Amino acid sequence: MSGNVVTRLPFPVAARRELGDEQLRRNLRKATHTIRDKRLRVVGEVPDWEPLRVAGAAIKDDVLARLPDLLEQFEAAATAAGATVHWARDAEEACAVVAALVQATGTAEVVKVKSMATQEIGLNEALEAVGIHAVETDLAELIVQLAEDTPSHILVPAIHYNRTQIRDIFASKMADVDATTLTDDPPALAEAARRHLRSRFLSTKVGISGANFAIASTGTLAVVESEGNGRMCLTLPETLISVVGIEKLLPTFADLEVFLQLLPRSSTGERMNPYTSLWTGVTPGDGPQTVHIVLVDNGRTDTLADPVGRQALRCIRCSACLNVCPVYERVGGHAYGSVYPGPIGAILSPQMSGEGANRTLPYASTLCGACFDACPVRIDIPQVLVHLRQSGVDAARGRPSAERTAMRTMSYVMRDRRRYAAALRAARRGAAPLRMVAGRRGALRRLPWPLSAWTSVRDAPLPPKQTFREWWAREHSS
Amino acid sequence: MSTRPDARAEVLRRVRAAQPTAPVRVPRDYAADDGPAGVELVDLLVDRLEDYKAAVRRCTADALPAVVGEYLAGAESLVAPAGVPETWLSSFEGPVARDSGALTVADLDAPGVAVLTGCAVAIAQTGTLILDAGPDQGRRLLTLVPDHHVCVVRVDQIVERLPAALRRLADPTRPLTMISGPSATSDIELNRVEGVHGPRRLEVVIVS
Ligand code: SF4
Repeated sequence: MSGNVVTRLPFPVAARRELGDEQLRRNLRKATHTIRDKRLRVVGEVPDWEPLRVAGAAIKDDVLARLPDLLEQFEAAATAAGATVHWARDAEEACAVVAALVQATGTAEVVKVKSMATQEIGLNEALEAVGIHAVETDLAELIVQLAEDTPSHILVPAIHYNRTQIRDIFASKMADVDATTLTDDPPALAEAARRHLRSRFLSTKVGISGANFAIASTGTLAVVESEGNGRMCLTLPETLISVVGIEKLLPTFADLEVFLQLLPRSSTGERMNPYTSLWTGVTPGDGPQTVHIVLVDNGRTDTLADPVGRQALRCIRCSACLNVCPVYERVGGHAYGSVYPGPIGAILSPQMSGEGANRTLPYASTLCGACFDACPVRIDIPQVLVHLRQSGVDAARGRPSAERTAMRTMSYVMRDRRRYAAALRAARRGAAPLRMVAGRRGALRRLPWPLSAWTSVRDAPLPPKQTFREWWAREHSS
Repeated sequence: MSTRPDARAEVLRRVRAAQPTAPVRVPRDYAADDGPAGVELVDLLVDRLEDYKAAVRRCTADALPAVVGEYLAGAESLVAPAGVPETWLSSFEGPVARDSGALTVADLDAPGVAVLTGCAVAIAQTGTLILDAGPDQGRRLLTLVPDHHVCVVRVDQIVERLPAALRRLADPTRPLTMISGPSATSDIELNRVEGVHGPRRLEVVIVS
């Protein structure tokens, strides 16, 4: 397992850094609330939403149960239709395959459709290292690329920027834009992106994409998008290379009738996204005449091996769970340190990257369950989080770790009522001078020992001036 | 280079080793067919297309050339796939290029080019047009590069829901493009803004 799913900083450290950014939190709040309301409205229009979710989850579970056969079936169908299918065990191998394919065309620039798989494997960096420039063509990806930043959301990678910030990035980084007249009006910004990319679309020889779905029975790939940049990249270049995670399969074309209903309403909150493209190998005289598909494992089979955790592989990357998550809304995507942030990232990143890395991510949640309710393929994210926390603690048995020490101390304190009461009283005394500091948030980052073990891994609410037990004892003694 | 045999074998070996064995039954209790006839499909389609900022006109077959002509009034030239009936474009007075596969990207990108096509099927509930590269729809780039797309939909091509639409497609392995409104983005503060890379003018004529 390699690529961009490994956290460099533990979540608590990164989250604390991001929480200090007021602008970021305002932008995230506005955007996530906009999309939540839209999603609820369009999902409410569909009387059979729940049966669709149930079917979506079952189709994906069926795919996971029959994955080897379906992969071979997909390979055979795509090959018969004129595509060349490649396999990659990890990110490094996938990047090497793509880089060699691009080099063979002799081109030094490729156009890219937004794709989580290529971000996950770190493709742009790998291509850059061999002298190939990858131009991101999705508006949000372009913003992030121009700003030399990293994505913070799986659907809207630039969600952490508001229109004024986007205007400033375009004005300073786009050579072909008139900085003195560019406004922060969204249509004006869209127009600037159109002009900036147009000549590249019309002349670039190689396009690179991911795929939202891969149909095993026909060898068909599907890309769901909005702007038309996807259609440009999938239609105009001579060579098309698509990087596809092995869990993207659907058994038959007819299964799209479920997923093309679930995905747009869950992701952008629209009845249907503006453009969906489906192609099967090479069509003579229409679109790219050289078509490659790279099937990537990169930690997916490790995830598949865990009976509880494997449901994360149903994920269709709609981002609904990010948009409803109270933790994501406050800390943003960068705090998760992986290309997969938010609730899905908290269960996918640690599983894909294996034991050791990302151990703090399963704690990046309040277990409120909003993500499960929103998920179109019914991934029980809270269940997997608890499962991963449990295995994290188990894996650390015998080794000192913050969580393990915290758990052990807390269980010692909580086992005995007097010990617990004494600890709380101590905490209250210790907290009194902090009440002013904690302010409205009423949350503390450090509690006095022995409860300090707890706050070394999370914030705690300020202890009340009087506990429920004390209040009860007083009220009922008179 | 093509596949690396060792990578292929290793990935398949890992999948087999990790694979869940219990078979899965897929409950398909969702609405797989259109609702009862009588839903005013045309009204619904018009409503949904307009909601996503496409312009829509309804007309009879006799009035079709005139309506198409009005939509094309400002166009400097017109591109049409080989299978578009001559009558559809009979009231357009500018130059017409029939595509036989020879038109280049530069031809299509010239200012003032409009494209006129039919479609394979339309979904009322979502305001979606599906093109399947049939003779009156042509190559994918024809409806992508020009900034103005006029699409003719016959009433008998309209279905209520997506499942029925997918079943209507003659051959799902042909290149398919599903279009719901003009090109748009939701990338700026998660609000939909029309007009990015695809045609910014999408006009639909529904003919009975
Ligand atoms: S876990 Fe579910 S809600 Fe989250 S991105 Fe994946 S499919 Fe969407």
